[in-house]
Order: sequence, then structure tokens, then C-alpha cells
Amino acid sequence: MTAPTTTRQTALDPLRPASRPRRSAGARFGLAALRTPYFVLTGALAIIFLFPLVWSAWASVAGQPGTAQQSGFGFANYARLLDYGAGVGQFALNSLIVSGLTVVFTLVLALTGGYAFAKFSFPGKNVLFLLVLAILMVPYATLLVPLYVLLGNLGLIDTLFGLSLVLTIYQLPFSIFMMRISFEAVPAELEESALVDGCGTIGALLRVLTPAVVPGLVTVGLYAFLAAWNDFIAPLILISDADLAPLPLAIANLRQQTMGAIDYGVTEAGVVVLALPCIVLFLLLQRYYISGFMSGALKG
Amino acid sequence: MTTDTSTPPVAARPEPAPRGRPRRSLHRRRSVAGIAFALPTAVFVLLLFVLPLFTVGQMSLSEWTLLGGNLGLNAPDNYSDLWSSPLLWPSIGFTLLYTGIVTVIMLSIALGIALLVQESTRWTSFLRTAVLVPSALGLASASLLFFGLYSPNIGPITPALQSLGLIDEAISFLGTPQAALWSTVFLVIWRFTGFYMLVLLVGLQGISLDVYEAGRLDGASRWQLFRDITLPLLRPSIALSLILCVTGSLLAFDQFFILTRGGPDNSTVTVVQLIYREAFSSFDLGGAAALSVVVLLVLVVLNIVQFRALRSTD
Repeated sequence: MTAPTTTRQTALDPLRPASRPRRSAGARFGLAALRTPYFVLTGALAIIFLFPLVWSAWASVAGQPGTAQQSGFGFANYARLLDYGAGVGQFALNSLIVSGLTVVFTLVLALTGGYAFAKFSFPGKNVLFLLVLAILMVPYATLLVPLYVLLGNLGLIDTLFGLSLVLTIYQLPFSIFMMRISFEAVPAELEESALVDGCGTIGALLRVLTPAVVPGLVTVGLYAFLAAWNDFIAPLILISDADLAPLPLAIANLRQQTMGAIDYGVTEAGVVVLALPCIVLFLLLQRYYISGFMSGALKG
Repeated sequence: MTTDTSTPPVAARPEPAPRGRPRRSLHRRRSVAGIAFALPTAVFVLLLFVLPLFTVGQMSLSEWTLLGGNLGLNAPDNYSDLWSSPLLWPSIGFTLLYTGIVTVIMLSIALGIALLVQESTRWTSFLRTAVLVPSALGLASASLLFFGLYSPNIGPITPALQSLGLIDEAISFLGTPQAALWSTVFLVIWRFTGFYMLVLLVGLQGISLDVYEAGRLDGASRWQLFRDITLPLLRPSIALSLILCVTGSLLAFDQFFILTRGGPDNSTVTVVQLIYREAFSSFDLGGAAALSVVVLLVLVVLNIVQFRALRSTD
């Protein structure tokens, strides 16, 4: 665990801010008077933000006319999801493959690239780094139109592998930036002593430096997973084989399937399948999510 | 805010000691190793970023159809044909309107919430998580969720309001252009407010408490503290939110593709949706490429202007 990352999290983590000093008696009285409206207002906010999530979970199991679950509570909507097309299991597998490949590509590139940018000087270094950051400036659609043609030429259109390559390119600016910061925060002595002990640069990277930048890697991996799992426009353009569709595309397609009538029950069941892994990961890894965030926000 | 954590010492440190070897050869070996480690990134960026940029330029100057492929140069037909598309100006107008509405409303709400949840208690950390959870969802998932929430079949809002006696007829959330716009704005605010709250919260925590203390000693009111201390010192965070929100909204696609499908009557077609339709409904990749290039140029100019404006005030 690198020291700077830890300090960043404890000192600047907005979820655990430094405690504010005690207020004067007058201010405390004012606060007490304000307290009731404050709780009403913030309570209403919490309800507004949580309600859609709770509702979609409820709607996916509650009986509604025009859905697979006609009355009572049950999992008929989920059962219909299993029967739809190649089955929700296949679509979830597609999503897992795409997300897994994207995470692996992103981690490998961010690890090697971040190391190169942080610890070495070589000709073309600044140009390459600026080029990586320039990806942020280019709209998704601007790249997807030519990538559709280029991947087609390579026979990579309509493959999960090709889709992951495209999703990875949009992870690079944040990931390489994040890993560059992480590597720069590792004391130079650590790498030097590894080199003196006879490690090559690869050995130093794998045995000594990588363990020191694990928090950064977790953050980068989390962002890559969430982005790849949730992406919609790239598969919409690059995947036309219905059996290869990742979940968001499959669920969006599913709406129109049943004779023009939209099956909202199955749609909400699909939303739950889509959202649940993201929410669980987010709640488990919240502090990594936020630390990645802040390194970006601070640099602006 | 302690800047030393965010800007650790840059790699301008001495290379590992030469240990008897000539320094120059070691230096060269170091730089070869650096190139080797940067190579995967360089190859990736060249093949999947630089090459497509050239390709999109070439496509925009050629007659290039979805099925027929490259049919040779036809410059500048793709660009001149853009202006004859009946949806071009309506989609630009709609995208700008949407961007303006979302930016103003969402950033105000995000700032308000950030101010409300500044103090560190159990209740506020619960609030922050509640506001932040929707940002774990994809925009497509969120759009699908609200597609059901707004639906006349299973949507809960109309029955709830009817049982309270507030309305008689069912609300049509996506039926009119106005309703579709505001329903989408609500969805986007729900999905993204947490993100901007966090950006602004990071900025708020960076303001030293001493400044507030000094202001209070001078007898400043709450409003004066906010206007004269919080807002000016929060400028960098507000500016960052502004750039991200404007850029993101100008490129809106998922929410309108899924929730409103551009309707009713093409009233909610955004510019990126137009690119998609050009390429995959009209099968005209050349035209789509030309529009993409225009959007890219507009964004680059916009970003440069915004960065300039930012820097000049720092």
C-alpha cells in the first residue's frame, strides 16, 4: 500500500471528511431550529434517489397485467428472461467475457504504460502521453464509425474480442493517468534497491512495484469493468449477431420482441440483472471508486 | 487541500546509480526499457485511435456506403449534403436546449446537495451513498429502468397521484415533445447528480475552515459566506463540472435512443443520434463520417475556449 494513496483516502475522502470544529452556542441553536426541515428535505432527497431502484426490483417480481407475472409475487419475469433468445445466461456470459477482456487489456496497458511514463524518460514520451489524453476529446461516435470499417477489414466486427479492444481504448486516458500517478508516488529507492539486487526492470516491476500500486490497479479495474459492463453504443454498432449481444443491448432489444407489445415486467427483471452486479461492486469498492475520482477531479 | 498528495514528485529523480558502468550506456538502456514498456500502449493508441481518426477523415471525403464500402473520393459532397438534411438544425437546436437545461439544473442541484451533506455524520454519509448509487448503473440500464417507470402500463406515478386525488387523467411522460424532454432530464439528473456532487464535495473540502472562521469573525451572514467565500474558492471544481457536463450532454445518445427513441415526431433527436441514423439507417457511412468530423471540431474548439477561459481566471 503506497503511503500517498492512503493519505489521500483518509485526508481527502469526501465520505470521511475531517470533522468540522464544534460550533458556537448560537450556531448550535440555529442548527436545532433548522434541523427538522433539514431532515425532511434530505430524507425526501434520499427517497427520490433510491425509489427508482427499489421500484424496479419490486416491479420485476410483482404481479402486473400484461407481464409474465400476472398476479401475486413470483419470478415469472425472470423465467421469461431465461427463455428469451439465447437466454439471459448467454447474454450475461457475453457481458462477462467483454468486461473481463476489457479489464485485462486495460490493466496490462495501464501497468506497463504507467510504469513507462512514471519511471523512464525516452524520446516521444510526452507526445505519446498527450496523445493518450487526447482520446478524451474525441466523441465516441466519431471513432465508432471508422472502427466499424477497420474492424470489419480485420474480421473483428461481430466479435467480443474486437468489442473489448474498442472499449479499452476509452479506458486508457483515465487508467494510464491514474497508474502514472500511482507509480510516481512509489519511492525511487524501492525500484533502485530492486535493480541493485539484480532484478531486471521487468522483475522490479512485477515483484517490487506492482504490489505497491495495487490500490491504483483496483480503481482502474473497477472503472474498466463498470464501463464495459454498461456500455451500450459500442455493441449497438459493432455487434449484429443477436446471440453475441451483451446484456444492455440484449435487454434493450428484448423490449420490442413480443408482437409489438412491450413487456415491461421482463424489462425491469433485465434491469435488475444488469444493475445488481454494479451496485454490489460499487458498495464493496466505494473507496476505490472515490479515490480514482478524486485524482481526476484534482488534476482537472 | 494538501496538494502534495495529488502531485507527487514528478519523475525528475536521478536514474539508478551507474555502478561502474559508463553512465551513457546505462542511460540508453534505461530509455530502451522505457520504450519497451510504452510499446503496447503506443501500438494500441496508433491502431485504435490515430488510424481511425485518419480513416474518418478519409471517409468523410469519400462516397462510402454501409454495404458497398469505399466508392472513391467525392469531396466535398458529404459536407455539403449535411446542410440539406431536414433533421440537422432541429437536432442541433434540441441538443443545445437539452445541454442548457441539464447543465443549469443538475449542477445547481449537485451544489445544493454537496452543501447539505458536507458535515460528517452517519446520516450524511448515508445520503451521499444514496445519491451516488445511481451512478453505478449504466446510462442504458437507467434508461430502461425509467422506460418502465414512465410507462402507462406499470408506471407507479400515475396511480399514486390518482389515489391521492391530485390528478384525474393519466400523465403521459413520453407522449409530447415537452414531456419527453423533461422526463429525460429527470432521468439524467437522477443518474449523474451524485457524480457532480462528488466533484463539488472534493472542492468544498479543499476550502480551509480558517477562511470561514475569519469571515464569521467579520460578521458575515450565511449567505455572504456562501457568495463571497464558497463560490469563488469553488471555482475550479465548478468549472470542471461545467466542462464535463456540457461535453457529456452535447454527446447524449443512450437516453434518447432507449427512452424516447427520438420521438415523438423526431422532436428529441440529438446530434449523435443523427450520426447513428445516417450510418445505420441511411447506410451512408461517408455522411456519418462528415458529421462526426464536424462534431469533433466543434468539441475541440469548445474545449480549447473553455480551458482558455479557465486558465485566464486562475
